[in-house]
Amino acid sequence: MNAVYKRDLKSYFNSMIGCLYIAFIVALVGIYFSFYNMKSGYPYFGDVLNSVAYIVFLALPMLTMRSFSEEIKSKTDQILYTSKVPVGKIVIGKYLSMVTVFTIPILILCFCPLIISAFGSHDFRTDYSCILAVFLIGCAYIAMGMFISSLTESPIIAAVITFAVLLVLQLMTGLTSFIPSSEIGSFIGCLIAVIVAGLIYYSLAKNGFMAAVLVVIAGIALTVVYIVKSSLFANLLPTFLNKIPLTQSLNNFSLKTFDVTAIIYYVSVGCMFIFLTVQSIQKKRYS
Amino acid sequence: MIEVKNLVKKYGNHTAVDNLSFTVESGKIYGFLGPNGAGKSTTMNIMTGYIGATEGDVLIDGHSISNEPEEAKKHIGYLPEIPPLYMDMKVLEYLKFAAELKGIKKGKRAKAIEEAMNLTKLNDVSGRLIKNLSKGYKQRVGLAQAVLGLPDIIILDEPTVGLDPKQIIEIRDVIKKLGKKHTVILSSHILQEVSAVCDEVMIISHGQMVACDTPDNLEKIMEDTSKITIKVKADKNTIERLLNQIPDIGNTEYRENAEGGLTEVTITTKVNVDVREKLFHLFADNDVALIEMYSFKMSLEDVFLKLTSGSKKEVGKVMKANRQKNIEETSDDDSKNDEEVETEDEQ
Repeated sequence: MNAVYKRDLKSYFNSMIGCLYIAFIVALVGIYFSFYNMKSGYPYFGDVLNSVAYIVFLALPMLTMRSFSEEIKSKTDQILYTSKVPVGKIVIGKYLSMVTVFTIPILILCFCPLIISAFGSHDFRTDYSCILAVFLIGCAYIAMGMFISSLTESPIIAAVITFAVLLVLQLMTGLTSFIPSSEIGSFIGCLIAVIVAGLIYYSLAKNGFMAAVLVVIAGIALTVVYIVKSSLFANLLPTFLNKIPLTQSLNNFSLKTFDVTAIIYYVSVGCMFIFLTVQSIQKKRYS
Repeated sequence: MIEVKNLVKKYGNHTAVDNLSFTVESGKIYGFLGPNGAGKSTTMNIMTGYIGATEGDVLIDGHSISNEPEEAKKHIGYLPEIPPLYMDMKVLEYLKFAAELKGIKKGKRAKAIEEAMNLTKLNDVSGRLIKNLSKGYKQRVGLAQAVLGLPDIIILDEPTVGLDPKQIIEIRDVIKKLGKKHTVILSSHILQEVSAVCDEVMIISHGQMVACDTPDNLEKIMEDTSKITIKVKADKNTIERLLNQIPDIGNTEYRENAEGGLTEVTITTKVNVDVREKLFHLFADNDVALIEMYSFKMSLEDVFLKLTSGSKKEVGKVMKANRQKNIEETSDDDSKNDEEVETEDEQ
C-alpha cells in the first residue's frame, strides 16, 4: 500500500497536475478571501468558502481522472495486480495519495480564519467546521471520481463523466423542479426506479428470472403502499433527490450547526465508492 | 513447480484458453510457442494472477493463485507483453517501487536492485527517465523488475519482441543464466528463440496444448517418414534397377537432367530406417557416381506449422494423434536412434 501511495503522490507532482490543482484552489479561494474577508471586512470565512466550494469540487476530476484509467491504458496495472499486494490496499493507497494532494490546499486555507482573527471579531468554530465539511465532501467526491476512473481506460472520458456527475449534483435543486411532485407522479417515478434497478441487477448477475421476480415483488409492494396510504408519495421523489447532493448540507455548517448526520453521510459515501472501485476492478479481472 | 489444471478462459462467446493442463518442473526453461491469438498471453496472465480463470486453477508450489494469491504471487516474477513501466519515473526509482511492491524487506532492497541491474546491465541508465529510454532498455527495465528479488519462477511474455539482434542475444543470455537456478517460462512465436533457449517446448494453438516435449523430440515425433535426396550420375532406368535391390525404400521421385546431366531422386523411407550407408555401397559397388546425398529433417518450424495450422477441430485431431504417438514412442524408445543431418559427398 505504501509503495502505491508514494508512487502516485510523486507522480502527481512529477506531472504538474498536483501543483496545478493546489495552485488553482489556493488562488481561487484566495481571491474570494481577499475580496470578501479582507477588503469588505466580512468576518466569516465559512460563508466565503461555501460560495466557492462548488468550483473546488468541479476541479476534482483533474486529480481523479488518471488514477486507474491511465494504469489500464498503459498496462501498468499488470505490475500492481500481479504483485502480492491485495487490490483493496492498492485502491486505498491510490485514494490516500489523491486525498493527500487535496489536503494541501485545505491546510493552506486553514490559515485564513487565523488571519481574520488578527483583525477583530472571528468565529473559529464555524470556520473550521466548514473547512472540515468541505474536506470530507471532497474526499467523498474523490472516491467517486476514482470509481469512475476505474471503469474506463481513457482519462479524458473519466474526467468528463466525473465532471458531468458533479455538475448534475450541483444543479440538483434546480433540476428537481422539473420532476412531478404529485402522488401519482412520484409513484410512477418509483416504479421506473425499480425497473431500472432490476435491469442493472440483470446486467450484473445475468439472472433474468430473479430480476423479474424482484421487480414484480417491489412493484406489488409499492402499489400496495400507494393504495393504502397514497399521501406517503406526495413530493417523495423531489425530496429524495434533493437529499442526494453532498453539498446540500454544507449550509448547515456555516449556520453554526455541526451536522453530525451530514458528516456520517460524507464518510459513508466515500467508503461506498472505495468499495465499489475494488469491486469494479475485481469484476474486470474475473470476467 | 507450477500445476495448471483444466484452465478455461472465456471472453463472452470466445474461448481463449480451452481446458489447458500442464505441469512445469523446477529448474528448467520452458517455451510457450504458438501463433498470435493462441492464448499464450492469456494463460500467462492467469498464471500470474493478473486475470481470473473462468474454470480451473493454477497451483504455484502448491498454493492456488485464486485462493491464496499472496502466497502464490510471492514466487513469481512477471514481465508482461508490454512492460508495465511508469514513464514519469527514473529507472532506479521504478525498481525501488517494484521492490517495495514485491515486499522485499527494506534492508535487502538495495542489494536486490543492484543484482537485478547487474544482470540486465542497467547501471548506465539508472538515473534516466524511463520515457527517454530506447525500446531495448525499456524491455530490460521490465526484465529487471521481473527478476527483482530472484523469485523461483520467472515468467516472460515475448521478452525479445522489437529488439535488435544484438539485444536479442543479450536477453537470451540473461534468460539462459536465469534458467540455471530458476524456472523460466517464456512465450514466443519465434522458433529459433525457443529452440535456442528452452529445455522444453509447449506448443499451443486455439487455446489448447498440441505438443509438449524437448525441441529435439518434437522434431522427431513429427517425422512420419524420412526423406533422402540423392544426385546420381546415371539415367533413371539404371537408378530404378539399383534402388529395387534395397527393400526398405518406399516411394521414389525422379527428376532427370537436374544439373549437368545428373538425376535427382527423392527417396522416402520409413522413420527409424537409415538407408544412407546401403545407398553408398550400392552405388559404389555398381560403379555409379553418387554426387550428393542429404537427408531431410523436419525442422521445429515445420512441426510448428503442422501443429498450429488448421482449424480448432484439426488441432484436436493432431493432439490426439500426438498423444497416441507419445505413448508408442516411450514404449519403443530404445530402438530409436538419433538422426543427424549429414551430407556425404562422393567424387
